[in-house]
Amino acid sequence: MTLTRDGGSLFSANMAGTLRLIVYLAIASVLMVLDHRGHWMGKVRYGAAIVVEPLYHLAGLPASGFRAARVAFADRRKLTEENKQLRVDLLLANARLNHMAAVSRQNKRLKKLLDTRRQLGMNVQLARVIDIDLGAFSHRLTLNTGAHQGVKVGQVVIDAHGIMGQVTQVLPGTCTVMLITDPDHAIPVTDTRTGLRTVAHGSHESGQLSLTTIPVSADVRVGDKLVSSGLGGRFPPGFPVATITHVEPQLSGMFLTARAKPSADMQRADEVLLLRDLAPPVGPPAPASVDGPPRALAPDAVGSSSTSARRSR
Amino acid sequence: MNRQRVRAIVFWSTVVLSLLLMLLPLPQSVMAFKPYWPALVLIYWALESNDVVSLGVAFAIGLGADVIDGILLGEQALRLTVLVFIVLRFRARLRFFPMWQQALAVLALLANDRIIDLILRSFAGYPLPPLSFAAAPLVGAVVWPFLFLLLDDVRARLRAHEA
Repeated sequence: MTLTRDGGSLFSANMAGTLRLIVYLAIASVLMVLDHRGHWMGKVRYGAAIVVEPLYHLAGLPASGFRAARVAFADRRKLTEENKQLRVDLLLANARLNHMAAVSRQNKRLKKLLDTRRQLGMNVQLARVIDIDLGAFSHRLTLNTGAHQGVKVGQVVIDAHGIMGQVTQVLPGTCTVMLITDPDHAIPVTDTRTGLRTVAHGSHESGQLSLTTIPVSADVRVGDKLVSSGLGGRFPPGFPVATITHVEPQLSGMFLTARAKPSADMQRADEVLLLRDLAPPVGPPAPASVDGPPRALAPDAVGSSSTSARRSR
Repeated sequence: MNRQRVRAIVFWSTVVLSLLLMLLPLPQSVMAFKPYWPALVLIYWALESNDVVSLGVAFAIGLGADVIDGILLGEQALRLTVLVFIVLRFRARLRFFPMWQQALAVLALLANDRIIDLILRSFAGYPLPPLSFAAAPLVGAVVWPFLFLLLDDVRARLRAHEA
């Protein structure tokens, strides 16, 4: 009884329900087709942003809350461990950075040296300084090359900026270099500005050269560049040696005395070049030859301009 | 009148809650197992009361769900309308099923919903979803008894308050 009545009411309701279903399905299909063609979805969402956006935030709340809680209640020990690990990592990274900086500096220096070598077109040999003895009475270096590497007494040692000295003693694996600043050392030089020839001695003041035999009438000024003159056949001509820093008359009044600062970087160089087997010069050499380290490496621009002035003359 | 209004409030709050649950961001691996909450809530209300859920209401909720989280405008509207239509058609029988049979029926309903979804997607030319797409109805069927009991409890409490 109830079933039949139920069925009867269901039937009439079913017809209406099915009809409504069909209508709704049609509407939905039309909407979908229109959206698929016209991509309305984004526009509708954009228009409903006021309602939709807070919903997104609301739905995202549990996740963000969970994340915040995990940070807040993170294990203290774990954090400490992490901190320690990070500290160690930082130390390691810093050490590595320092090492890298040192390597980068060395690389730059070596490149400069190689540049010199290429521009000279000379037969040179790279050597490392292994021991420095810059006392008051002996200005010497020890290099890590010796007789086994073909080093001979008398070879000239230069760095990227100028002449450093000459080899005075050769051992099988090492050699000793007497620097031009050694009081026992003398090097014949030429003033690039005037062509004046003179001799530069090592000085008792460390790191200085002294020129004691300049005639009073000679034109020597502070800032003059001295290059090797090649006289005596020991040093090749044209290498920068020093820059005049101080000129004064001697007490006797017969000569001028000048002090000069070596062009080579005596204090800092730890890689140097050994010049090999230079033929002894024949006859008086030109006061200033075109040979020499690149002008870009000259300590200051004034000197190089005076050099070029001399050359153009 | 007052009672009607309270019921409407409860109904719409559960619907909004289900929409929020649908939006709930989850890890990608769990995402596939997220049940289709609006469908479950609508099934419940369609079973429980005669006049709360009609096809029009289902359609409107579906449109809302589409605007919030959908591929095509009208896709979820169509799916929910079909779902509610089936539930209303078999309401008299489903209501008196034991819980496990009801859960099976819900599984069938959700599976049917998935099939409709697949058809719509292939019509629209969207890429077919992965195989884990089929897991959600199972989860939904498992969740169903708990949801049913929970919502029943809420309604009972509200009625007790009124009385």
